Amino acid sequence: MRNLLKKIFLVDLFQGLWVTFRYQHPRNIYTEQYPAERPKVAERYRGAPRLNINPDNGETLCIACNLCALACPEALIVVGSERNEATRRKELTTFTYDTSRCMFCGLCEDACPVDALELTQDFELATYTREGQIWDRQTLEEGPRPTPYKC
Amino acid sequence: MPDSTFLDSTELVLNMGPQHPSTHGVLRVILKLDGEKVLGTECVIGYLHRGVEKIAENRTYAQFNPYVDRMDYVAAVSNGLGYCLAIEKLLNVEAPPRAQAVRVILTELNRIASHLLWLGTHALDIGAITPVFYCLREREEALKIFEKYCGARLTTHAFRIGGLLYETYDGFEQEVRTFCDMFLPKVDEYEELLTNNRIWVGRLKNVGILNADECKEYGVTGPVLRASGVKWDLRKAQPYSGYEKYDFEIPTRRNGDTYDRYMVRMEEMRQAVRIMRQAVDGLPEGAIMGKVGKVIKPAMGEAYVSIEAPKGELGYYVVSDNSTQPYRVRVRPPSFVNLQALDRMVRGGLVADVVAVIGTLDIVLGEIDR
Ligand code: SF4
Ligand code: SF4
Repeated sequence: MRNLLKKIFLVDLFQGLWVTFRYQHPRNIYTEQYPAERPKVAERYRGAPRLNINPDNGETLCIACNLCALACPEALIVVGSERNEATRRKELTTFTYDTSRCMFCGLCEDACPVDALELTQDFELATYTREGQIWDRQTLEEGPRPTPYKC
Repeated sequence: MPDSTFLDSTELVLNMGPQHPSTHGVLRVILKLDGEKVLGTECVIGYLHRGVEKIAENRTYAQFNPYVDRMDYVAAVSNGLGYCLAIEKLLNVEAPPRAQAVRVILTELNRIASHLLWLGTHALDIGAITPVFYCLREREEALKIFEKYCGARLTTHAFRIGGLLYETYDGFEQEVRTFCDMFLPKVDEYEELLTNNRIWVGRLKNVGILNADECKEYGVTGPVLRASGVKWDLRKAQPYSGYEKYDFEIPTRRNGDTYDRYMVRMEEMRQAVRIMRQAVDGLPEGAIMGKVGKVIKPAMGEAYVSIEAPKGELGYYVVSDNSTQPYRVRVRPPSFVNLQALDRMVRGGLVADVVAVIGTLDIVLGEIDR
């Protein structure tokens, strides 16, 4: 009998509708105005790579040890170095990082002994060109430059 | 299926997928139909094949770790756990207690996230649009914890061989507790929306029945097996990562139809909360990384480890030839094995049931095709 009444009065459907109705209050509605309002990503977020420079003298922290390139599963980091005859130390010349193949796993960041390479909180990696995905040393140090439109 | 000729005009062969939205990825199901009735099915897989097992042979042990996240991308943390446990078994090391507890918390959180995505999309396939919004809203909270913990939301790469790389962040315990408190009433809310809803019950009851014997025959695991009444959960049967310390139940049902599988998964989410609460309350202090060298080079041998992933038994079989790279890695993905049962479950049913059954199997094509 009770079940029959429940069936006739559509109790189950109204029960569900009541749940949806409870969430009608404007307080429960989220819209993120994305480009205007930027989401706050976590501190440990693994996003765009950066090659840190020493803030005191503007020199790169990287010691060109090539460990990051060896750690990377995709082998997308190429470290170019040159021996400085005066100090007899290896110095960084070029550094390329192909963000299009990167899976942001963070292994390169872990491997770096001097914390030169870092994955930052920047998550906007889109570019207009495919070449723009390959970051060179300057891009890595200064952050990406806006790519001009090619017509 | 009766043998019939092409002249038999009532029969129709129909391709469902690979772009069909309810095949959860790129699964192609060839349906043989008689009107609305399904006479037989055949699954065509491989559209998402990336050769993950082959990639493993060309990577070092640590380097392969991020790739396993990309198999079952909905439950990346569970995949990582299975792989790490397999290599740890090869190396004969064990993660420290704190690492194990954190692993349990994160995998259970991942189970919830995976089940939430399943519930949302399954309901969406069947025509209930509301739950998906609510499910994704709660899943977002779980993903936020992942993001804060390891810096990625989906392909987390949270665990390392031998333990953890990241220490928990400040307020981790508190956030997990808040999530648990917030989440339980929400499960009741989903149930309010669905469990008694007559359309939902009508679409799910007695659809895609798979009884216990058939489940065992096909090697089906996970909630699909438990819905048919078999009390089999690897977390209890062969505990790993300290699961023996936690007190939880294995939800089972009897009929083995789609509705029972829904009920089992809902109950599993509650049990996951229960495990998380215990783990976070008893979170030990101490080291998070076991004794593993920088270069991982296991002795010659092989290891098989299987864990209870959200979708069923997830196994990793690793063979080492005493070099830095695995000789062979074989993955036993739960979805791949569970998908076999599709034909048995939908034969004789209606076309609309195929959608319901694919949803209830909770397959992820990334894992099936690898
Ligand atoms: S994040 Fe991973 S894939 Fe990307 S460069 Fe670093 S190691 Fe390679
Ligand atoms: S590991 Fe660090 S220091 Fe070594 S080459 Fe890479 S970025 Fe430079």
